[in-house]
Amino acid sequence: MREVAVVGIGLTDFGEKWDTSFRDLCVEAGAKAIEDAGMDGDQIQEMFVGNMSGGRFVLQEHIGALIADYAGLATNHIPSTRTEAACASGGLAFRQAVSCIASGTQDIVIAAGVEKMTDVSGGETTDALAGAADREWEGMYGVTFPALYAMIAVDYMNKYGLTREQLAEVAVKNHYNGARNPIAQYKKEITVDAVMRSTLVADPLRLLDCSPVTDGAAAVILCSLEKAKEFTDCPVKVIASTQATDTIALHDRRDISTLDATVAAADRAFKMAKIDRKDIDLVEVHDCFTIAELCAIEDMGFCKKGEAGKLTEEGWTALGGKLPVNTSGGLKSCGHPVGATGIKQVCEVVAQLRGEAGKRQIDGAETGMTHNVGGTGATVVTNIFRRV
Amino acid sequence: MSVPRFWRKQHSRYNLTGTKCETCGKYFFPPRSLCPTCRREGKIVEHNFKGTGKVVTFSIVRTASEEYDLQTPFAVAIIELDEGTRMTAQVICDIDKIHIGMPVKSTFRKITADGESGVIVYGTKFVPA
Ligand SMILES: CC(C)(COP(=O)(O)OP(=O)(O)OC[C@H]1O[C@@H](n2cnc3c(N)ncnc32)[C@H](O)[C@@H]1OP(=O)(O)O)[C@@H](O)C(=O)NCCC(=O)NCCS
Ligand SMILES: [Zn+2]
Repeated sequence: MREVAVVGIGLTDFGEKWDTSFRDLCVEAGAKAIEDAGMDGDQIQEMFVGNMSGGRFVLQEHIGALIADYAGLATNHIPSTRTEAACASGGLAFRQAVSCIASGTQDIVIAAGVEKMTDVSGGETTDALAGAADREWEGMYGVTFPALYAMIAVDYMNKYGLTREQLAEVAVKNHYNGARNPIAQYKKEITVDAVMRSTLVADPLRLLDCSPVTDGAAAVILCSLEKAKEFTDCPVKVIASTQATDTIALHDRRDISTLDATVAAADRAFKMAKIDRKDIDLVEVHDCFTIAELCAIEDMGFCKKGEAGKLTEEGWTALGGKLPVNTSGGLKSCGHPVGATGIKQVCEVVAQLRGEAGKRQIDGAETGMTHNVGGTGATVVTNIFRRV
Repeated sequence: MSVPRFWRKQHSRYNLTGTKCETCGKYFFPPRSLCPTCRREGKIVEHNFKGTGKVVTFSIVRTASEEYDLQTPFAVAIIELDEGTRMTAQVICDIDKIHIGMPVKSTFRKITADGESGVIVYGTKFVPA
């Protein structure tokens, strides 16, 4: 297998983008990534686009060709493939691009992710997102996506004595980081008190425990490591890219508050990268709800089960902490355009490893990791990156 | 949910009919037509669940999709049936009283309706036992 590097990153602003269409969002991110790599669009040989639900949100399928077309690459007739695994759709696009280069199929590939969620009503969004779980045996009973994570939280609190305030600390920390990220949807700091007073969505989760509904896109350019020096002085090497599955329904899991797919994907990633947990300088995890960040940190093996709440309270995961988690602001504050999130996480880690993260910069960061979840944990993608 | 899609599994939804693998003895609700453990060696037969069990975890839905909006707030839970399998369902009870380990039994109820004059979807909910 050939070694793979990221040589370009591009992001749109995240938020409610009334004036920008689905295709324009994705093309904007892609053009920025190509610009960042200092290459010509004609050098791109293949494209992968992560998208959860163009069909529900903008009534558009056939996303691969649409984006290739509007990016001006359909005239070159490059292969373009849409990947889907609910909120891990972007993660899949990234991993497919890595495999495509590692296998020698192509030399230069773009992996993008896009979601336009605000063109439909809130109720429709909630219903579309419920499709990330088991529609027939979970969604059918009126169970929403936040309610599924709420059931994880109730199980977790019962087993490990996590407090409601500790859960709030996750959101407070992520909003602090997001306030320092120019593309974030909610660039404002919040307090534990504000979280505790926000509206209940699904007990015990409140509005400020939830990732928001977001429009946005992200893109990265990958190429073989040997070619990378042609484009940049600071290529970032992909030292692991792994994916795992678990049961589609939460009720069929071995343990309600452990994401076994996270455990499997992370174990494979550390094995593939041949490094230890302690070598990771920062990690972007899938905090679609506050409880999800705590599960992620534990299930990836950074601390023992049940400890993450206390560690968060003590500042372990903050910008200056031992393991900074979600320096971008995470899904919570930066926003969660579901299909784009997996790629956006890669953009953040690459920016950090290049030393370009501005007010959020982790000094001397060399190795970073991303963790992207589909549904309540039925798909997980993890990647590890190292500065060359 | 479309009429055929619902109708196809109506038998299971109305009667809490799942399946059982006679090779390894595992029960499945929602029904499975392939045993994940025994796969092709499994022998799947229909099984009617007793409908008694306990709450494993729960939540109260306050923000729902449009179809369920009128019912909010309502309790949802993962129920462990006495046969050992787990399922997701609504629990009809005082939403302040639901708790982990609460004994429940199944009941036949309206789940939702397709608009004012559309098809009414019935199925299993749980009540305190
Ligand atoms: C939590 C949720 C239901 C809130 O939606 P809502 O009740 O329709 O909220 P509204 O759009 O009415 O917003 C109310 C206010 O809160 C703000 N807000 C909404 N969601 C927010 C969030 N998650 N974080 C911070 N602020 C938020 C809005 O900007 C708005 O502020 P304003 O009144 O100053 O304009 C919705 O964000 C949601 O469904 N989130 C989960 C998304 C999800 O499941 N993603 C997939 C996970 S993998
Ligand atoms: Zn079996």
